[in-house]
Amino acid sequence: MKPPLFDYYKPETVDQALELLQEYGINGKIIAGGQSMMPILNMRLSTPELLIDISGLQELSYIRVEDGFLKIGALTRQRDVELSPLVREACPLLSEAIPYIGHMQTRNRGTFGGSLAHADPTAEIPMTLLALDAQAVIRSASDQRLVKMEDFFLTYLTTDLMPEEMLTEVQIPLNEMPKGYAFTEFSRRHGDFALVAAACLLDVDKDGHITSGRLVLGGVDSVPLAVHEAVEAMIGSVLTEELLEHSVEEAIRFLEPESDLHASSEFRKHLAKVFAMKAIRTAYQRAQNRE
Amino acid sequence: MIKIEKGQKVLVKLKVNGKLYEEYTESRKLLSDFIREDLGLTGTHVGCEHGVCGACTVLVNGRAVRSCLMLAIQADGTEVNTIEGLASEEGWHPLQEEFSKCHALQCGFCTPGILMSAVEFLETNRNPTEEEIKEMLSGHICRCTGYHGIVKAIRQAADRIKNTVNKVN
Repeated sequence: MKPPLFDYYKPETVDQALELLQEYGINGKIIAGGQSMMPILNMRLSTPELLIDISGLQELSYIRVEDGFLKIGALTRQRDVELSPLVREACPLLSEAIPYIGHMQTRNRGTFGGSLAHADPTAEIPMTLLALDAQAVIRSASDQRLVKMEDFFLTYLTTDLMPEEMLTEVQIPLNEMPKGYAFTEFSRRHGDFALVAAACLLDVDKDGHITSGRLVLGGVDSVPLAVHEAVEAMIGSVLTEELLEHSVEEAIRFLEPESDLHASSEFRKHLAKVFAMKAIRTAYQRAQNRE
Repeated sequence: MIKIEKGQKVLVKLKVNGKLYEEYTESRKLLSDFIREDLGLTGTHVGCEHGVCGACTVLVNGRAVRSCLMLAIQADGTEVNTIEGLASEEGWHPLQEEFSKCHALQCGFCTPGILMSAVEFLETNRNPTEEEIKEMLSGHICRCTGYHGIVKAIRQAADRIKNTVNKVN
């Protein structure tokens, strides 16, 4: 349970980090907050030749509103996002999701971008950002590109990021942010990996008719899974329990979650239904209260 | 840019409990092992070594973190607080006294980590609810005492610290 030998470089600027990635490619592995990377190293699940420690790049630690986006630097600590009044005001779904990540003691080190780039299909930040229709700013030594969350996740722990690229910023669109939101999660013990989690955004008109909505599930597939149909099928209607159950059941009918030590496929699917309904219900109530 | 090759030893300078330490270490050495083996401060305990149990929790620049999920070289230039620095010349920290009174420990293996988390917790939350205390404690695994006494001790320590602060003001 000790890390293997590795070379360790600590760049002082983003440009230096990108040059290292360009030079070393798949042999160079980025470490940011280390709350996933260090266990991986300690357990020797990965033995990178070179560790590129970007934790000193203060220029990537910020939260700001600009051009209609909430922009969060990749190295912003999860705890800073959790406590940010700006995030709470502009994007309460995110504020509600973050406390589910690990524990206060790991959120103090863990970074916002690190969790996204790690892309655990049960992780809170990836699924919340998919629900928020966010986009990632990805840089390499020679290029910069924007990738929407719907194109970002490929499979377990695998994203659209190329070996020479680095995630530098996340942009969450704030225009037309729905008034209703909810993040909810089931795990055996608080702070454990989620068995199933659900994030919902929803809007209603003054008569309580649903006008738009998005729903994302975590823990049911190899990537965070958008099942917006669960809400979209109810557009124009007032929420009832019967309608909700039918709509969610239809939307997740195709799901075949993996069975593992922690939960069977059937149990996960049951949780997906229950927690999707719970998220939609809460988001609906909040949307109504703020209408 | 700092460049350290495999096996190369580099100088790490950091303050632990207000005292400056300078030791050579390899890049792969964990902060938890560095504190115990190189600095000789064995009050910080090592349990799971992958961030789950909380036994190795210390304060780095005032924030409670897992020292097994940090490299020693990443702590270069930081201020670290461990359990050895918690008591002062005037005696035990209120948390330590209340842990003793409430029988909040038996074997004591998890205790240093819990105390260090509780220090940061009470600094940011002077009047925590039982729910908030439990939420903070979810990052620590105790397998012999149970959490009842621990929750009570932290609650009582919070009251004492609050009263002391009020008196001073």
